[in-house]
Amino acid sequence: MQEHDLSWVRTEMALAQAAPSSQVGAGAWMRKNLFASPFDTALTILAALALAWALPQILNWLFFSAVWSGADRTACLTTEQGGSLPAGWTGACWPFVEARLGYFTFGRYPLEERWRVILCGVIFLALLVPLLTPRIPFKRLNAILFFAVFPFIAFFLLLGGYFGLPYVETPLWGGLLVTLVISYVGIVTSLPLGIILALGRRSKMPIVKLLSVVFIETVRGVPLVAVLFMASFMLPLFVPPGMTFDKLLRALIGVALFSSAYMAEVIRGGLQAIPKGQYEGADSLGLGYWQKMGLIVMPQALKLVIPGIVNTFIGLFKDTTLVLIISLFDLLGTVKQSISGDPTWATPQTAKTGYVFAAAVFWIFCFGMSRYSQYMERRLDTGHRK
Amino acid sequence: MAIENAVSAEEIKVDAKKMHVSDTDVAIDIVGMHKWYGEFHVLKDINLRVMRGERIVICGPSGSGKSTMIRCINRLEEHQKGKIIVDGKELTNDLKKIDEVRREVGMVFQHFNLFPHLTILENCTLAPIWVRKTPKKQAEEIAMHFLKRVKIPEQANKYPGQLSGGQQQRVAIARSLCMNPRIMLFDEPTSALDPEMIKEVLETMVGLAEEGMTMLCVTHEMGFARKVANRVIFMDQGQIVEQNTPVEFFDHPRHERTKLFLSQILH
Repeated sequence: MQEHDLSWVRTEMALAQAAPSSQVGAGAWMRKNLFASPFDTALTILAALALAWALPQILNWLFFSAVWSGADRTACLTTEQGGSLPAGWTGACWPFVEARLGYFTFGRYPLEERWRVILCGVIFLALLVPLLTPRIPFKRLNAILFFAVFPFIAFFLLLGGYFGLPYVETPLWGGLLVTLVISYVGIVTSLPLGIILALGRRSKMPIVKLLSVVFIETVRGVPLVAVLFMASFMLPLFVPPGMTFDKLLRALIGVALFSSAYMAEVIRGGLQAIPKGQYEGADSLGLGYWQKMGLIVMPQALKLVIPGIVNTFIGLFKDTTLVLIISLFDLLGTVKQSISGDPTWATPQTAKTGYVFAAAVFWIFCFGMSRYSQYMERRLDTGHRK
Repeated sequence: MAIENAVSAEEIKVDAKKMHVSDTDVAIDIVGMHKWYGEFHVLKDINLRVMRGERIVICGPSGSGKSTMIRCINRLEEHQKGKIIVDGKELTNDLKKIDEVRREVGMVFQHFNLFPHLTILENCTLAPIWVRKTPKKQAEEIAMHFLKRVKIPEQANKYPGQLSGGQQQRVAIARSLCMNPRIMLFDEPTSALDPEMIKEVLETMVGLAEEGMTMLCVTHEMGFARKVANRVIFMDQGQIVEQNTPVEFFDHPRHERTKLFLSQILH
């Protein structure tokens, strides 16, 4: 019976052919990503309608109807409010941001000393950019400069009182300067502290483990606002009178300890994902504990939890706004203060403009961190690279 | 009796003259060793003396404690009773001694345990550089020497994830050899490999045996056991049930449990 013949031999190997047009090109992309099913199609249409409705209004407020120049509040007022703009006008009042930009950036840092902050920022960028660019060599030296030397440079430069620089007390600091100082210190201290706490929590030594667990659970169990309040108002009650801690320093310590507890848990998650075989491989070669952790386990664990680490960084960056409650004025604090406390710019649009500006600045920083972390994840992904 | 393995005994070429077993030099001495996992008694009264140059194959049903036993030899597992003396050093809680022993004892795992974030070359130079304090350049030369020996020098700058299972296992062997060990432990080195790759790994192991390496190998490759081993150990329920030369072991098993086991894996 011919049709039941089970024996067959290929005489010629089939060649690879070009993919059909339904698989490649813009049409295929749209079919796959926008119109894959009736539900997807409905969602696509709804989203397009929502964008068509909202986008023109947003762009109009931000750019087309916005006021771009002016010396005081009258530039952003309608005729019935005492200005010259047509009745019913609404739009951003950018001259307000322009006029207060120095305050948003430096706070009440003395005008003639602001070059120190700018210089500090330039050094910061000059060290950060090469550190984040993989192609640039001397990473070790760069990292030492950025993490160990820069804090001292920044300390003397910003605070002054040495080398003929006038002393600028921290209550005068404000705006983006405070936001970045707290974030930098928080990020730079929370990662190593978090690593140590995570290792401590997984340690076989009971005392080390207990201390790590107690610290992590205590700090995580309390809101940051409470930590800041305690650092600011309770701490002075316990230290002898006359002895004062700088308020900014207290906030720095509070934020750093707070984020290190979160960081520890993120890193612990990464440590738990490393297979036992990696530890055994390292052990079998005779590597000691710190070599095993530092060379084998930690690099892999940290790589795994980059999203979590950056999540914590972003959270920390935004949490710096909470220092407002202990009367430190970060970026949002200075914006808020300018809106409520500055009659020169009191208009119905001022608050909106100010907050949109603050949100945009925060968004740029956070989005930057997020994109960079995604880039690093792809770059460090050696596990399955074919 | 035909042997149902990916690689049959006929396929393994061994130059037996090169393999020399010392009569006086003891490599490993295990005396009255016991081990418990909690309440569970995993290893019972293990006595095993391994002379320098011996090639020992350990087989037995799963859960018989064969992996656990060889993992005790470099203290990946801790024993609770008895003595294990490796190269004259007794394994105790002394971490320094443990590290000394681990430096002299290489281990190859079922799942390779290569470090995925390091290149093949870095995998091989890591321990010599950090543990033996070998200068980097010299460590790389040694690594390339052993990568050539396992026949994959061209993969040196790739990552483990880019290699096949057989290649990865050969890298793992090279990585161990870079530490210049006097004893090699193999924990089911071919169990996770496709049939086509088992042979390349076994050939590497035969090469080691021919150089006089002391080897303890947990494996089900009976062709390898027959040709390379000078002694086969059969374990069941955490104890050594029978040991003999390969010829005697396969052709005239004495214990009932051994006979049953062999009848199931050999047809």
